[in-house]
Amino acid sequence: MGVKVYIPTPFRAITHNQATAEVEGRTVVHVIEALEARYPGIRERVLDEAGEIHRHINVYVNDTAVEDLNGKNTSLQDGDEVALIPAIAGGAIPFTEEQIKRYSRHIILPEVGGKGQRKLINSSALLVGAGGLGCPAALYLAAAGVGRLGVVDFDHVDLSNLQRQILHHTHDVGRPKVLSAVDTIGDINPNVKVEPYQTQLSSENVKEIIAGYDVIVNGCDNFPTRYLLNDAAYFLKKPLVDGSIFRFEGQVTTFLPGKGCYRCLYPAPPPPGLVPGCAEAGVLGVLCGIIGSLQALEAIKFILGKGDLLVNRLLFFDALALEFRQVKIRRDPECPVCGDHPTITELIDYHEFCGVPHEQPVS
Amino acid sequence: MSVQVQVPQIFRRHTGGAKTVAAQGSTVREVLENLDKAYPGLRDRLVDGKALHRFVNIYRNDEDIRFLGDLDTEVHEGDVISILPAVAGGRRFWDREER
Repeated sequence: MGVKVYIPTPFRAITHNQATAEVEGRTVVHVIEALEARYPGIRERVLDEAGEIHRHINVYVNDTAVEDLNGKNTSLQDGDEVALIPAIAGGAIPFTEEQIKRYSRHIILPEVGGKGQRKLINSSALLVGAGGLGCPAALYLAAAGVGRLGVVDFDHVDLSNLQRQILHHTHDVGRPKVLSAVDTIGDINPNVKVEPYQTQLSSENVKEIIAGYDVIVNGCDNFPTRYLLNDAAYFLKKPLVDGSIFRFEGQVTTFLPGKGCYRCLYPAPPPPGLVPGCAEAGVLGVLCGIIGSLQALEAIKFILGKGDLLVNRLLFFDALALEFRQVKIRRDPECPVCGDHPTITELIDYHEFCGVPHEQPVS
Repeated sequence: MSVQVQVPQIFRRHTGGAKTVAAQGSTVREVLENLDKAYPGLRDRLVDGKALHRFVNIYRNDEDIRFLGDLDTEVHEGDVISILPAVAGGRRFWDREER
């Protein structure tokens, strides 16, 4: 039997979400060392370089602050309870040395700084689709330190995905994309909490899933999800960074609630037959990297509150011509969702019938 | 009036692969009619009877013609007319709007 240590929420990324740990140790310092052996990285959160307890951390033994006992050398007995309590001033938990180093190229940018980096760390983004667009977007959002990333994808990794879907590796073929996303994001930045949703968005689950995120990055590959997500994001007042790709061309725009939506841009989906192709429509792999990275950029700027978002602007890119062009988009007062007299007030499940003969309706 | 029309990849099989084509007309409607003479079939991809399809946008320079005069939007010498279809990603087929 040893000492029971209470781990505060901000440190639980280190302890694999364990809220308590049983360790051996005769003094507070011994206990911290024992914790460090099990959860490398925790010592620097509690002790400074001189081995003293950080001033912003209060350590309690059986509910008594160690300041009132013998400080870090307070002796312990089996069965004692040690609590590590960081001072939380408006949620401003100091960066760890690892974080300062990791994010140093952000932190030295005046437009980001420590304040902006903390915004990123305290923010969340939902990636709809872990495919061509979601993969590069996820990598940059994770590398940037966005604290919580949700990833929605029902699909499994296929060998034909690897030409563009850079979260997934050859050894992931056959695995759920969300699990491969969890692994890759964890390798890039273990500080990021990844929340996988191996499901297809529907009117049943979309609101519940998107409700918990600050910004939605849409990298889905089909119209039903695109319209469903647009409508749900508008109803829940969530910013939506929309991206789409086809062969050598891509489009990106950002919808903020009340400033127009996808239906203002394209009021209705194309009927079958007027658009060619299907799942086999080709796409240049690197195009996904460009469009997905632009989506990550928009999400990061939204979180930071810096720069000019692609709001009321649609950026389109022709990779072969290497041309970026922009057109204006605006809120349509006639829009069925966000217009002055909305006719769509609840979610609609559209059905796709890719690969199914046209005559055969899908129920 | 001579204008430049920017054609997206998805419609380029109607223009023999050309990305930009020149066309004459004083309104978007006339431009599309003249384009259809040179490139048969293109107009039907954009216009359903008399109205523009709701999943294709046409821009005069950077303005959506739906907010100008729709197909009757006037065009001027040197204007750039861009066609932008809705793009979903890998899959592009649709069922009708059913619940």
